[in-house]
Amino acid sequence: MNASGTRPEFDPYDPLGIDGELSTEQLAIRDSVRALCRDHVTPYVGDWFERGELPGIRDLARELGKLGVLGMHLQGYGCAGMSAVDYGVACEELEACDSGLRSLVSVQGSLAMFAIWRWGSEEHKQQWLPKMAAGEAIGCFGLTEPDHGSDPASMRTWARRDGSDWVLNGRKMWITNGSVADVAVVWARTDEGVRGFVVPTDTPGFSAPEITQKLSLRASVTSELVLDEVRVPDEAALPEAVGLRGPLSCLNEARYGIVWGATGAARNCLEAALDYSRSREQFGKPIAGFQLTQSKLADMAVRVNNGRLLALHLGRRKDAGTLLPQQVSFGKLDNVRGALEVARTARTVLGANGISLEYPVIRHMTNLESVLTYEGTGEMHALTIGQAMTGIPAFRD
Amino acid sequence: MNIVVLVKQVPDTWSERKLSDADHTLDRASADAVLDEINERAVEEALLAKEAQGGEVTVVCMGPERANEAIRKALSMGADSAVHVSDEALHGSDAVQTARTLAAAIGTLESVDLVIAGNESTDGRAGAVPAMVAELLGWPQLTYARKLDTDGQSVSIERESDAGVATVEANLPALVSVTEKINEPRYPSFKGIMAAKKKPVSTLSVADVGLSADEVGLGSAPTQVVSSAPAPPKEAGVKVTDEGEGGVQIVEFLSGQKLV
Ligand SMILES: Cc1cc2nc3c(=O)[nH]c(=O)nc-3n(C[C@H](O)[C@H](O)[C@H](O)COP(=O)(O)OP(=O)(O)OC[C@H]3O[C@@H](n4cnc5c(N)ncnc54)[C@H](O)[C@@H]3O)c2cc1C
Repeated sequence: MNASGTRPEFDPYDPLGIDGELSTEQLAIRDSVRALCRDHVTPYVGDWFERGELPGIRDLARELGKLGVLGMHLQGYGCAGMSAVDYGVACEELEACDSGLRSLVSVQGSLAMFAIWRWGSEEHKQQWLPKMAAGEAIGCFGLTEPDHGSDPASMRTWARRDGSDWVLNGRKMWITNGSVADVAVVWARTDEGVRGFVVPTDTPGFSAPEITQKLSLRASVTSELVLDEVRVPDEAALPEAVGLRGPLSCLNEARYGIVWGATGAARNCLEAALDYSRSREQFGKPIAGFQLTQSKLADMAVRVNNGRLLALHLGRRKDAGTLLPQQVSFGKLDNVRGALEVARTARTVLGANGISLEYPVIRHMTNLESVLTYEGTGEMHALTIGQAMTGIPAFRD
Repeated sequence: MNIVVLVKQVPDTWSERKLSDADHTLDRASADAVLDEINERAVEEALLAKEAQGGEVTVVCMGPERANEAIRKALSMGADSAVHVSDEALHGSDAVQTARTLAAAIGTLESVDLVIAGNESTDGRAGAVPAMVAELLGWPQLTYARKLDTDGQSVSIERESDAGVATVEANLPALVSVTEKINEPRYPSFKGIMAAKKKPVSTLSVADVGLSADEVGLGSAPTQVVSSAPAPPKEAGVKVTDEGEGGVQIVEFLSGQKLV
């Protein structure tokens, strides 16, 4: 009971009262993102997913830009300068809509914009960040290669000096936003170590064919980047980043958003299952009335809300400046696999409708398979935590 | 130009709404409260006028303390300041008393050029308050606007009613009420949400706007709700399966309802 003697009511959609931990402004942020998704994405995303495309991505980016979502946790250069928890709240809401939408935002804000904001020159920042924050320019982030995923240190894409220019050659794979990007942050090995390059995508020799035949994140653009004698001036190199800590710092930002985002997808699956179970009747009563269904609902509620608590905890640490990369690994590892468990359970509650795009569940479920892999696979995060716990790195012999 | 927007906090149309059993006033605790959608459009229109003409947008709201959530939303959208008339004495005020209170609140502001309101709220739906406020201010009223233009001196609207569309003009100051068709309101941006925290909201009592407590509220309301009943549930419609006679059956149905 609180001071006025009234007990808050149990809310099936917020069983632990976590919303009460959020500020008025954070709830307003959530409402704005929710309204944008409700009007511009949710009614269409099942169809986009089925067709495997994201039409109108530029308009969508502008809408997101107007709201202030893109690079929202960065300061200056037209960015909204919000807190880590604010950013998390937005990610949860975006991914409750679709992981593809959250991926668009993560790659733009936490990978491409963050790389420029953290490691770029003043000119890079002035040239790109305001446009990217407004959604006028779209960015992508090329680290993964066809033969080098979890182990980016062995990447093959390389940049050589030629007079005062750099010339880039190689291939990147699985690059979100690649085919629609105006600018690519490309990581390549050089004589000095791994360096990042800000490459306008209209540079001769640069192409980004779209990857098809995906059965996950279908409402998201994924591409190959082909770099064939791509010549950029000396200033294209990110001056501050030499070595893998450049790209890894960006990934850490994006992973943090996924910790929140994954719980959003899970939450939406649980909501769908809960609503469905209350209206679907079999054997003469709502399926919500069967103990087996209630057990599933309870397990899902525990999973989703433990995940939200973990996300909030990490967000508060991030705002306090005490968040460690191992803790982000902890969150990414557990919240994504948890979300997948919830999606699979929710899918069973919906029966045949569980596999239909009329409902969000199967879309979330297959999307989460990508989320499980990108930004460090579950195994990589387990190894990171394992190393932190034992002091013994087990990544390689 | 100085624009006032009248806003109201209403129960979310998506949640179930109830009248209290005791006095037939709205049970505000029973539903989620939100800024009335139509008011969002009024705020949007004021912001568009401000963006074109310069000036300030002030939100005026009468309602219980909780109504500050609706005010926050209007400020997050971009309004500059707010006046919130909040007083126990206002509970149960009817449309006439509400209009008096709002007109008095507008009277506390300096040099208002234009008042914009929604044509009717989604809860009470009396649709009378904007006209009454204009009357009390002695200003021209331009109601049911689906389009609004102003050059800072005069205002012109497209007024849409069952009778058709008319263009109506007036010199400022004036009051305009807007319909659903006027615009698509913006979402509060993150910068707007953060800026709203620092915007001034003056909370006024009934006495502060120059009225006395016995002029407002349920006790002295000129109109009264005597009883209320929930709307009867919708009955299942008539389904006509066309087996060659479908057209005839539909005409029979329509003429039975005296529709043709
Ligand atoms: C939809 C989508 C979008 C993506 N977007 C981007 C993007 O925008 N930018 C970008 O750079 N990348 C992106 N990626 C790539 C993603 O980051 C990589 O797929 C990921 O890092 C894994 O690399 P891999 O696929 O090469 O798998 P591999 O590294 O080949 O791993 C295969 C399996 O082996 C396991 N494994 C590998 N090494 C070990 C070990 N030492 N011990 C135990 N197990 C191990 C892995 O955990 C995994 O299960 C995206 C991927 C997808 C699916």
